[in-house]
Amino acid sequence: MNPVELSYSKDHEYAKVEGNVVEFGITDHAQESLGDVVFVELPDVGATVTAGKSYGTVESVKAVSDILASVSGKVVEVNTLVLDTPELLNSDPYGEGWLIKVEAEDLSPLKSMMTAEEYEAFLAEEEH
Amino acid sequence: MIETKRTPLYEEHLAAKAKLIDFGGWEMPVQYVGVIDEHHAVRTKAGLFDVSHMGEVDVRGKEALAYVQKLITNDVSKLQDGKILYSPMCYPNGGIVDDLLVYCYNREHFFIVVNASNTDKDYEWMVEQTKEYDVVVENVSDQYAQLALQGPLAETILQRITNVNLAQIKYYGFTHGDVNGVPCLISRTGYTGEDGFEIYVSPELGRGLWQKILEIGAPEGVQPIGLGARDTLRFEARLPLYGNELGAEISPLEAGLGVFVKLDKADFIGRDALLAQKEQGVSRKLVGLEMIGRGIARSHYPLQKNGEEIGFVTSGSFSPTLNKNIALGLVHSDLAVQGEILDVMIRGKAVQAKIIPSLFYKRG
Repeated sequence: MNPVELSYSKDHEYAKVEGNVVEFGITDHAQESLGDVVFVELPDVGATVTAGKSYGTVESVKAVSDILASVSGKVVEVNTLVLDTPELLNSDPYGEGWLIKVEAEDLSPLKSMMTAEEYEAFLAEEEH
Repeated sequence: MIETKRTPLYEEHLAAKAKLIDFGGWEMPVQYVGVIDEHHAVRTKAGLFDVSHMGEVDVRGKEALAYVQKLITNDVSKLQDGKILYSPMCYPNGGIVDDLLVYCYNREHFFIVVNASNTDKDYEWMVEQTKEYDVVVENVSDQYAQLALQGPLAETILQRITNVNLAQIKYYGFTHGDVNGVPCLISRTGYTGEDGFEIYVSPELGRGLWQKILEIGAPEGVQPIGLGARDTLRFEARLPLYGNELGAEISPLEAGLGVFVKLDKADFIGRDALLAQKEQGVSRKLVGLEMIGRGIARSHYPLQKNGEEIGFVTSGSFSPTLNKNIALGLVHSDLAVQGEILDVMIRGKAVQAKIIPSLFYKRG
């Protein structure tokens, strides 16, 4: 269920590399545990984000969650569709529910992220 | 270590794959399929809630009436047998111990329903106040499972399995009768802004009743509803929540509950303080807010005007019925004016909100 071409963090974010541009989003597990997403706050195009630091928030009816950048760099594209239709994060987290694209300064932080297989093992572990 | 308590319906929640959370020491379902879906189910058809965590205190004795009169701010003296009264219960300084429902069996027997997380505190407080009265109070919370069936179709559905003529129970009335063939206390009360019933049954019969209501309500699409939707439903209907709109530092007059404070009845705990507040005017008021800027105001976020703190958010959420982000806030009285624009401080950032009428939803 978690696409194999993505990298996953322990905070349930994913990163998708396209050259030196990295797409950020939250995982299916993240949207599932958040519940109905009703609000998304994202940086503007041109803003810079820092690996491991919050670049925005995702709010469900009941909870507010920070979303953390996988790599540092400049925001080159923002999914404005999810700002108006946050429920896309629930219905299609790996597709239309992506969040931002960042021009990476350095792709090396991705090495410490998990593969889909490792992430699924991590989720199974977390269940206990 | 405090042990988490479970209701008699715990196994049902597990079977329904509910997401469980700790709620005031209780392991409770926050949602089954999703807050928004469950919210709409209650507004448009009917939903079933496990509210067994609520506390129940029995008050009996020759001076039960005088005792309850002293205990609460509302006037129970004219309450007819079989009727229910909502009231704050205050400290001498006017702060709120809890808000509760008083069921009147007769002048010597009342049944009081309190908030789950306040049950022990309330019970201790109530026992302390018995000294001058010929009355006995007993915490009977463990003797009941409590189910709430709420929504426009609640009466139609429940009528199928009870020998009680539900149409004869008026809003804030109660009676005893059989539901699903077992004895229950049935009241026309609830915490959603919808019509509906709360059903009290002995704990070992709770699961059977729960299953039966879901079964007979299936044609109408009755579904279990978690605490998440319970909160958005009550919030839209401006029903206060202890710990948010109400607390030991908030008076019922500030919380907009003045109609439940009867200063003209005989003495009650908190009367002097509340009378003084009424005469001088309250310094804070609860107002409704609609977000103008992007963002959701959450409980305890600061409210500012021109950079100065003028209050805080008590409850705030996305409103599934209105499809808007709304909130309730306690603000300085001189700014509690409809149309006034305030700033909600969301993670350090000022986001504009407008004061609007706080009854966000009223059933049509």
